[in-house]
Amino acid sequence: MLSNKDKIFTNLYGEESFELKMAYVRGDWDNTKALMQKGSSWIIDEIKNSQLRGRGGAGFPTGLKWSFMPKDSEKSNYLVVNADESEPGTCKDRDMIRNDPHKLIEGCLLASFAMGAHKCYIYIRGEYFNESVVLEKAVAEAYAAGLIGKNACESGWDLDIYIHRGAGAYICGEETALLESLEGKKGQPRLKPPFPANKGLYGSPTTVNNVETIAVVPTILRRGANWFSSFGREKNTGTKVFCISGHVNNPCNVEEEMSIPLKELIDKHAGGVIGGWDNLKAIIPGGSSVPMIPKSVCDDVLMDFDSLVAAKSGLGTAAVIVMDQSTDLVKAIARIARFYKHESCGQCTPCREGTGWMWRILEKIAIGNSSSAEIDKLLDVTKQIEGHTICALGDAAAWPIQGLFRHFRDEIEENLKKGNYVA
Amino acid sequence: MSSIQNDNFSFDEKSQGLAKIALAKYPNDRKQSAVMPFLDIAQRQNGGWLSQPSIEYVAEQLEMPFIKVWEVVTFYTMYNTKPVGKNFVQVCTTTPCWLRGSENIVKACKEIISENQCDVAHNNLFSWMEVECLGACVNAPMIQINDDFYEDLDYESTKNILQSLIDNKPLKIGSQIGRLGSRGANNAQ
Amino acid sequence: MKKIKVDNKEIEVDDHLTIMQACEEAGKEIPRFCYHDKLSIAGNCRMCLVEVEGAPKPVASCAMPINEGMSIRTNTEKVKKAREGVMEFLLINHPLDCPVCDQGGECDLQDQTIAYGAGHSRFNENKRSVKEKHMGPLIKTYMTRCIHCTRCIRFAEEVAGVNEIGAVNRGENMEISTYLEKTIDSELSANVIDLCPVGALTSKPYQFEARPWELKKTETIDVMDAVGSNIRVDTYGWKVKRVLPRLNEDINEEWISDKTRYACDGLLTQRLDEPYIRIENKLTTSSWSHALTKVTDLLNEYKADEIAFLTGDLCDLETLYLFKKLADQLKINNIECRQEGCNIPFTNQTQYSFNTKIANIEKSDCLIIVGSNVRQEAPIINARIRKHKITSNLPIAVVGENLDLTYDFTHLGDDLNVLSSILDGSHEFSKKLEAANNPMIIIGNSILNRDDSISIFSIIEQLIHKFKFFHESWNGFNVLQIAAARTGALNLGLFKQGNSLEKIYQSIEQNKIKLIISLGADELEFPRINKAKVIYIGTHGDRGANTADIILPSAAYTEKDGLYVNTEGRLQHAYKATFPPGNAKEDWKIINELSNMLSFDWGIIDLPNLRERLKSEHAELFEFDNNKINKYERLLANKAPTADFKNSNIEYLIKDFYLTNAIARNSKTMAECSLARNEAKD
Ligand SMILES: Cc1cc2nc3c(=O)[nH]c(=O)nc-3n(C[C@H](O)[C@H](O)[C@H](O)COP(=O)(O)O)c2cc1C
Ligand code: SF4
Ligand code: FES
Repeated sequence: MLSNKDKIFTNLYGEESFELKMAYVRGDWDNTKALMQKGSSWIIDEIKNSQLRGRGGAGFPTGLKWSFMPKDSEKSNYLVVNADESEPGTCKDRDMIRNDPHKLIEGCLLASFAMGAHKCYIYIRGEYFNESVVLEKAVAEAYAAGLIGKNACESGWDLDIYIHRGAGAYICGEETALLESLEGKKGQPRLKPPFPANKGLYGSPTTVNNVETIAVVPTILRRGANWFSSFGREKNTGTKVFCISGHVNNPCNVEEEMSIPLKELIDKHAGGVIGGWDNLKAIIPGGSSVPMIPKSVCDDVLMDFDSLVAAKSGLGTAAVIVMDQSTDLVKAIARIARFYKHESCGQCTPCREGTGWMWRILEKIAIGNSSSAEIDKLLDVTKQIEGHTICALGDAAAWPIQGLFRHFRDEIEENLKKGNYVA
Repeated sequence: MSSIQNDNFSFDEKSQGLAKIALAKYPNDRKQSAVMPFLDIAQRQNGGWLSQPSIEYVAEQLEMPFIKVWEVVTFYTMYNTKPVGKNFVQVCTTTPCWLRGSENIVKACKEIISENQCDVAHNNLFSWMEVECLGACVNAPMIQINDDFYEDLDYESTKNILQSLIDNKPLKIGSQIGRLGSRGANNAQ
Repeated sequence: MKKIKVDNKEIEVDDHLTIMQACEEAGKEIPRFCYHDKLSIAGNCRMCLVEVEGAPKPVASCAMPINEGMSIRTNTEKVKKAREGVMEFLLINHPLDCPVCDQGGECDLQDQTIAYGAGHSRFNENKRSVKEKHMGPLIKTYMTRCIHCTRCIRFAEEVAGVNEIGAVNRGENMEISTYLEKTIDSELSANVIDLCPVGALTSKPYQFEARPWELKKTETIDVMDAVGSNIRVDTYGWKVKRVLPRLNEDINEEWISDKTRYACDGLLTQRLDEPYIRIENKLTTSSWSHALTKVTDLLNEYKADEIAFLTGDLCDLETLYLFKKLADQLKINNIECRQEGCNIPFTNQTQYSFNTKIANIEKSDCLIIVGSNVRQEAPIINARIRKHKITSNLPIAVVGENLDLTYDFTHLGDDLNVLSSILDGSHEFSKKLEAANNPMIIIGNSILNRDDSISIFSIIEQLIHKFKFFHESWNGFNVLQIAAARTGALNLGLFKQGNSLEKIYQSIEQNKIKLIISLGADELEFPRINKAKVIYIGTHGDRGANTADIILPSAAYTEKDGLYVNTEGRLQHAYKATFPPGNAKEDWKIINELSNMLSFDWGIIDLPNLRERLKSEHAELFEFDNNKINKYERLLANKAPTADFKNSNIEYLIKDFYLTNAIARNSKTMAECSLARNEAKD
């Protein structure tokens, strides 16, 4: 179990005030200038060495991503922080923002400096209104204390941070949709190439990072890449905030070591599965976009990127959704399918037309009005979406359904035959 | 667009102040970026929804074609194009909340507010609707009323919250089982 | 150049091609719906997916640039599956109404379903139905058929320059609409009908008129303005059913104006199909021989200087040539084609034509527009300017009203005196002109018919000689003509040097001119010719015919072979798509018969023969070369009069875009458009 001294987010639950004076006590903004004086390439190298992978879902190596930013572009570079947090099951960024915002703000300064950005936007989902108020206050505190703004932390580097509130659209978490939205348009993902590092916000080089990715940066730089990479496994390093929801006794967010066994995570921090581990049916380990894994896999899978990929799922946002034996898995996934139908931006054909179709077929299965052939068709539809869309929402909509049938098809067909689904 | 429309719209003093702050966040030649904050400001001033004049007002302020603003309004779920209740109750029913009984929360809303979503009921005091994941999944099930989250709900506590608003003695926001943020209920970490 | 492989075949292609373009060069057809080469890339239909070696997913070939060494596969099982998948998705919510759909037979979706679809539907849910949207009198919507390719949105935004169509809502509820279903305020709006790959946006006036395979198609050119857009005229029996654009990169690319497309129903109404003679103030039908005899009698009765020959805006070149010949033969000096009046004594074609040429607009680096509402006078040229403006940020200045031209410009005011300060270098804009290597000026006819036109022209001539308007590879001087017949008529000399229409009007008022032969002159100040007898040769019972004493019915532009010279000086052939109604005759034949009856034996027996003659006398007209740089011939002396322009406001010639000629005025569709625009303005 991760010891308290190795936790980055020591105020995750808000026992203490978020304010700057308490942030100082927690060690934030401690000689940030010194970190900056080591230079931008030192920062990028240190992040590379820490093996930090993006916490927004895709797990792309952060240091490498930063190194894509052109150093000498004519236009101004931007850092954009993705606080759109809308993946069902995920609510970690919210805690960092409302209870530990200075970690994020300090991270913005360090990351912006490393990437040559003088402007940083934090795009926070619109529903997090109270959280945005806290963040605005924290940013104002940082300006007032000279930590950001002109000559931030007396480093000679200028940084402005602006907060932009979304207005209800999961797709705006997709980085290019987010940029469109920031530019005052519908949040429809852009075609890539060009990638944001070449042409992002307002046509300028831009890096988009998740809140957690940025918020852990100051601690990594202070305590060292080696400290961070000492947690977890090779290429799956560091500490990670997990969100444990669903059928557990004590749902919670918790910061733990990467690669912790799933079972240990749930038993130690969430009070175990309701009715005991044997009452477990399946778990969605990384937010609604990743395929579920059945209990047999849950028994010993590790919570990191590579282990979950090996289990044909993914770490995603590390949002663990636990479903016990009482769960109607078809309904659970049908509800997720409805989510994707609702959130499809509508621009590309497979996702616009396919998400609704998949949901409708699942609803029919859920009321027993279906057949094995319909399931084949449904799986075919998922294949027709997967990999064929502009952004990854199409994949995200297809995978949970594939996961359901990968592990539970026999049971579902059996239930269809027995009439168990008849509502 | 709603058939109910008010006649005209312009930012009042408070909104103008907010608009100025919002506009300052974006480069001078990128006014359009302020369309989301402007619509939000307009919606707040207009009692929780956007009327045709308010949408056109925003478009004119930002020198945007009406259709472009209308696209934005209809794309994002938080812009309401019809009137909502003074307390606008949004019930998350996505899987994490559903697993923990969001159906009971919907039931409570139907009983106290209205059988149908989006009806403005109780003398304009309420309207409710089902929404997608609001990002408080470890505190499921939950609802959002205007800007505030109420978490760790069940049927009873939801009714209590709604009743408290009818009685004009609102209960405190956040967890209704008294836990701190997202900390596990029995975990004193 | 980059080397790539397409289906294992090595080819070398241009550096900045997309995969789709490269595949086409390799002879591989890639299906597509959203891609259109004149619009920005949306990449949303996903029909064009191909496999690229090393890429984990299939890529949208329309949007992906090629890389050196790339190996592209267009015919794998994966690609086939992907296409089938997209087709199936597009069809699940698409109604199966091909038999009643106007797009039937020319529908991309229909064709591609056959070519790339799986052949059966597996969709058992209810199909989505989408409410129809009002978009004005031209565009009929069946939104349930929409496949959300966004071509219409991109066209309106990018080409037409009106941000009026959008996609509202999201996901499967996304719908194409105008804001609150308002009429699209654009002269080019109906091009979205051609762009729509399915039958979602169809032609309202053409609704259920015919199926494409029943129509006879004739490739010809348009006369609604002086652009000479290339068109195809589809006829069913005698009737022109519709007009569509033909691709011509030098002129209209693949767009046409709404007037070009939709004035054609005016060809069916108020047509003159018999000769008429006014007897006791009533027009009564007559035989051709009787009517022509009457005309020759009148021509013999009046002295040459008591007769005026006037020509209209839609005449073909051959007829104009004969008409001029007749005038010369009769020694008639009062001849004029410039119906709005014009004071400039042109001596050379470069002085009144669009020398830069339309396509070369894209090479210009500075543009000044003086007294022309280009958007209404030549929507196609306006679109070209816009295209250049948005891709190159061309500096544009306008002298005249502060109009909405669909692009940004510097408004130099409505005061023509500004020209003097640009000339003397004291104006801001002089610097822009100074810096430009290929500056362009576009002059509207509305400044050529003023009392002070000569002075204006003189200043402009000084201006264009001061800056780099002319050099080896550039001629930046342009007069924008608005009448299809005008450039040709001027070339043939159908105007009076230094003596304009005004003089003719005055002579009529003073009873000096007593007889007018009007070759379709419908835009005159008719009260001013009251006193004269009028012989009208034309197509419609319109303004010109109303005051006539004898009417000789002729053929409209779709009913005859003919030549037209557009504003650039470009000679183009129009072809006969149908025949004149009733007893109406092709215009040249009328004049020819008249000449024969007057015993002027020119020996012209048929049209080829007539063209020979025309060519032998006006060879220069036939020598148009798109690449040739015309050398400007100066008209006025260097220090010609300059003036302090008193009444400096510019009055544009076109008052209503939709009603500029007899055909358009008799079109129900144009009347509806005009009404819709006026209502929108109120
Ligand atoms: C449909 C969709 C939704 C996404 N939502 C989020 C989100 O809410 N927050 C987030 O940080 N990343 C989200 N992402 C991932 C982002 O596109 C991007 O990869 C991420 O912000 C990069 O940050 P990181 O490298 O720090 O992980 C989403 C991706 C997709 C395809
Ligand atoms: S996959 Fe869905 S969300 Fe992504 S671009 Fe296509 S339609 Fe939009
Ligand atoms: S043609 Fe390429 S995605 Fe439509």
